[in-house]
Amino acid sequence: MTALRQTWQVALRGVRVFVRNPAYLGMALMQPIIWLLLFGALFKAVTQIPGFDGSYIDFLTPGIVVMLAVSSAGWTGMAFIEDIQSGVMDRMLVAPVWRGALNAGSVVYAVLTIVIQTVVIVLLALALGADYVGGVGGVLVLILVAALLGAAFASLSNAIAVLARQREALIGAVTFALLPLTFLSTALMQQSLVPGWIGTVAKFNPVNWAVEAGRSAAMQEIDWGLVAGRVGLLAGLALVCAMLATRAFSAYQRSL
Amino acid sequence: MDVAVEANDLRKTYDPAVTALDGLSLSVESATIFGLLGPNGAGKSTTVRVLSTLCRPDSGSARVAGIDVLAEPVRVRHAIGVVAQKHGADPEATGRENLVLGGEFYGITGRELRQRVAQALERFGLVDAADRKARTYSGGMQRRLDIAMGLLHRPQVLFLDEPTTGLDPEARVEMWREIERLAGEERMTILLTTHHLEEADRLASRLAIVDRGRVVAEGTPDQLKRELDGDTIQIELADPEVAGARVALGRVAGVDDVQLDGRTLRARAHDGSAAIPAVLAALGAHGVTATSVTLARPSLDDVYLRHAGRAFRTPKTELVEVAA
Repeated sequence: MTALRQTWQVALRGVRVFVRNPAYLGMALMQPIIWLLLFGALFKAVTQIPGFDGSYIDFLTPGIVVMLAVSSAGWTGMAFIEDIQSGVMDRMLVAPVWRGALNAGSVVYAVLTIVIQTVVIVLLALALGADYVGGVGGVLVLILVAALLGAAFASLSNAIAVLARQREALIGAVTFALLPLTFLSTALMQQSLVPGWIGTVAKFNPVNWAVEAGRSAAMQEIDWGLVAGRVGLLAGLALVCAMLATRAFSAYQRSL
Repeated sequence: MDVAVEANDLRKTYDPAVTALDGLSLSVESATIFGLLGPNGAGKSTTVRVLSTLCRPDSGSARVAGIDVLAEPVRVRHAIGVVAQKHGADPEATGRENLVLGGEFYGITGRELRQRVAQALERFGLVDAADRKARTYSGGMQRRLDIAMGLLHRPQVLFLDEPTTGLDPEARVEMWREIERLAGEERMTILLTTHHLEEADRLASRLAIVDRGRVVAEGTPDQLKRELDGDTIQIELADPEVAGARVALGRVAGVDDVQLDGRTLRARAHDGSAAIPAVLAALGAHGVTATSVTLARPSLDDVYLRHAGRAFRTPKTELVEVAA
């Protein structure tokens, strides 16, 4: 109970900044719109490649949802870097607050943002003619996988932030990871059309787990076995990353 | 004697080979204000970080409120309040929100928390600013919010790391009153670091002078001042550079370190008030007229410089310069 209350208090810090700064809110909402329209226009022609089935908006929507979740989650650690530099982190750490709540609260905030962004993408894609074969349930699964993947990357981002304590390090890590993770998956291109080795690598890529599960649930005849398996993997990953991030606080304190 | 804070032989080295603590030991009696005095980089803040469980020493041991800091850091955290040098408040949250966040971190909730927050805002004069972002607070207000946050859970031991740095004189005096009140009325043990001599002299009942990671002198402010043997006698002469004045004074028993600087003659005496008649007689016998005599007790400045002091000026050097 205390842990939950503390987690929510930490999450509230992020929520306040988000709600009180219209510019943040606007950017967070504009970003999914721009991504969907931009990628949609750019890759429209892939449907003409022989072997590509179906509509590109149906194919692309889960890919954009997942890509945006990774990107949004990646910056989560920035807040802790600011806290470390300003002295807020040290004040929190001399309190008997559960260290897990510091990470979890920040992850809750990141996931809330991702859910809002996902809903925006889903609605916009619907307006553009996307066909959610999986219905509301399928869309909820898409939101769930985006949230789980986002939670994993938010924790990782926090861990990097608390260990490296420098903006440059986090910016480097996010920009380094985002494109390979996206392109080594079926986010933007159908499995049958990517080179074989990318298909192999993608099997171990969490971004691809989320894309496959989300696409299967929302856009296709749902493959429950695949979805359950991928959701399980993502939940496990999110948990491992959260434990890593929680331990990062001890490492930070040891380095003081 | 009830000991609230105890540190034994704390050592800590940072890479590469920077010694922050080099065998630091101290002991703070319950319900008193203890001052850690020393130059920047002496190890004061590192001591506070170790005692407040923020970081661990390489070796040594410490107890705070009777609890082993290394073995049971979480219990120690419940018993202490910490106001660090940097502001600890979230600038994007209001004063009230910061206090609520802090309270929840100590497990205080519900009506109890709301009451304490309201009391804290009242007591630290932040009622009008309670619902403004901490970012908009003045330096003095931020400091008061920091202290309010450090006190919300009613700690037994409060660590104040340079609490008045950056405050204007008025806010500083106000802060001093509050600190005195905490130790006096609320029987709180306060460990205060400062490089402000006036602050240490006024607030602390005991002082430790820290230099290069160890305590180089410890005692009450008066004891430390007494350690500097003797008083300073300063005599203004009617005529400058009177030949023999220095020599005459040097012959008076119990007076030494005589320096002449223009019209000003300075000397140190073991017991200044007892030496003055003999000093004046000796000057008179040599035909030297004094226009004024002042006697100064050593200040904490002198103690500080002597113990912490790369900046300590030896009178001998000055004498040579004057003579040349």
